[in-house]
Amino acid sequence: MGALSIRHVIKRFGPVEVLKGIDIEVQDGEFLILVGPSGCGKSTLLNMIAGLDTISSGEIAIGGRLVNDLSPKDRDIAMVFQSYALYPNMSVRDNISFGLKIRKVPKDKQEEIVRRVAKTLQMEPLLSRMPSQLSGGQRQRVAMGRALARDPALFLFDEPLSNLDAKLRVEMRTEIKLLHERMKTTIVYVTHDQIEAMTLGDRIAVMKDGVVRQLAHPQEVYDNPADLFVAGFIGSPSMNFIRCPVIEESGRAAVLLEESGQKFSFHAPDTAQTALKQWVGKEVIMGIRPEQITDRSPWSGDNPHVLSRSAKIEVVQPTGPDTLVLIHLNGTPVNCRVHPEAGPQPGKQMSLMFDLSKLVFFDPQTEKRIS
Amino acid sequence: MAEAYRTQTAGGQRVGRILIYALLAVFALYYLMPLFVMLTTSLKTLDDIRAGNLLSLPRQITFDAWVKAWGTACTGVECNGLQGNFKNSVSFVVPAVLISTLIGAFNGYVLTQWRFRGSDLLFTLLLIGCFIPFQVVLLPMAQTLGYMGIANSVVGLIFVHVVYGLAFTTLFFRNFYITVPAELTKAARIDGAGFFTIFWRIILPLSPPIIVVCVIWQFTQIWNDFLFGVVFSSGQRQPITVALNNLVNTSTGVKEYNVDMAAAIIAALPTLFVYIVAGKYFLRGLTAGAVKG
Repeated sequence: MGALSIRHVIKRFGPVEVLKGIDIEVQDGEFLILVGPSGCGKSTLLNMIAGLDTISSGEIAIGGRLVNDLSPKDRDIAMVFQSYALYPNMSVRDNISFGLKIRKVPKDKQEEIVRRVAKTLQMEPLLSRMPSQLSGGQRQRVAMGRALARDPALFLFDEPLSNLDAKLRVEMRTEIKLLHERMKTTIVYVTHDQIEAMTLGDRIAVMKDGVVRQLAHPQEVYDNPADLFVAGFIGSPSMNFIRCPVIEESGRAAVLLEESGQKFSFHAPDTAQTALKQWVGKEVIMGIRPEQITDRSPWSGDNPHVLSRSAKIEVVQPTGPDTLVLIHLNGTPVNCRVHPEAGPQPGKQMSLMFDLSKLVFFDPQTEKRIS
Repeated sequence: MAEAYRTQTAGGQRVGRILIYALLAVFALYYLMPLFVMLTTSLKTLDDIRAGNLLSLPRQITFDAWVKAWGTACTGVECNGLQGNFKNSVSFVVPAVLISTLIGAFNGYVLTQWRFRGSDLLFTLLLIGCFIPFQVVLLPMAQTLGYMGIANSVVGLIFVHVVYGLAFTTLFFRNFYITVPAELTKAARIDGAGFFTIFWRIILPLSPPIIVVCVIWQFTQIWNDFLFGVVFSSGQRQPITVALNNLVNTSTGVKEYNVDMAAAIIAALPTLFVYIVAGKYFLRGLTAGAVKG
């Protein structure tokens, strides 16, 4: 039995369709990420799961129970908000126990739950403080505590880390993941940050314009993006897209490239051969991730898919662990991720290793994946 | 040149400061002058008033005028002073202020946290209420009070002031609550709180600054109101502002300026009191909506 079923859910605001038929099944204990740019409908979907917004058509079931017409309080859910939404006039203790009080949980039981939650999140010393006396990270923790106290069937997170500074965000991210692994709760988590999506999720639903573009395991989304949008959205710096004509070379499909006036070709990987042969004589968009273009790679020696080429470096951007190098292929700027020790210099030529085993190809018109 | 100019500005700034403070002091004195004249005149005897000039200090301080204004001065046919009318005013001002503030808070809560189709239009229409002059509603209001059977009663006067004050109190609370994040209400709804629970337990406890603003505003407006008081009440039930007018305009006998002044101060005391007690919250509340904490 799924913890959450979203079946063909549509949301209209007047004549505008903001969600165009969403279908998602979430298993018990699963961590699902809804990710996408602002305005893609991910927060609307979350609000509809919570019951804070109505559904135009379709069904939502939590724990096998249809909740379309249930109010938020009867849906057995808890939610953590971006602005924390702590009640400013109540102490941390009262914030955590407010929902229990409303539900008329006995006093001693309330005390016990508050103590347990405070212990889990290590915030016992904060219990009698007011929200205004807490730091951003502590407030976030209290907001999570409030959700935990209720022990619901489903946790909803609405961009919970967006208001934190970068360092704290990474810390809290780890904490949320740890919490999930310990408590085995079902979580639906909305974010616009693709790193959060990659690190936290069991599965990621990438959304755009009210449609789920891809719903898969993070690594699958990363390696096998369903379309041009997903490929560009997940990963930082994002995948390089190069327009190139498809040719046939000694019986194999290949794409034609040009660098500083020199032409060369990349043979498509075996898995892409059949599909790409249909495109011979036409143009496709080739996608290659920055880390697939490096100075040297441990497995380059015996890997038949690795091709060495020299290219002129335009810009060098050190990030610490590796250095981003900008070159031009077919007139398009292309980011490459090289080791800092390689000592790239702008304006100089550099020998680069292209890993062709993970090349992806897209239809320039529909932006769908070819292979 | 530049050097000299720079050293001059330091001195120039000091001179500017002194000028500003001097000017402010002059203005303060100018505005305090009427109060000074009222206070001193109310403490003088009638002979003293006739002998001296407006600004002279009393030769002999006496509270007779105050006692008379409170207890025995004539306001029309009765000669019981202002005491009865003072109580009248309190008896309808306090409920009218409390009721209009509470309803305003409720309206503001609904208009911001529970938006519905046309809620903005409703708010705009309510706002127009702020611009309707008293005189326009006098006749229809008199008729309405008659239909409702509460004409010429304290309840009627409370009703008029509540209805007229709603536009303002709603405006205050709506503009205050618009800064309360919507997520707060959402969180409370998920926690299981209903419409009224959220209002009493979450929203109202956030509101003291704006409640103070609203109470001061409404208290001043309703206490100082003359027109509704004179039209919708009569005789024994008249508010203090109407009684003060009658007292001062009595055309029989000697003009007792000291009694007039004492009566005017008595009539103004409650609003002064409210300002002094809650004044510092007033400014704080007015700016609370503008600057996000």
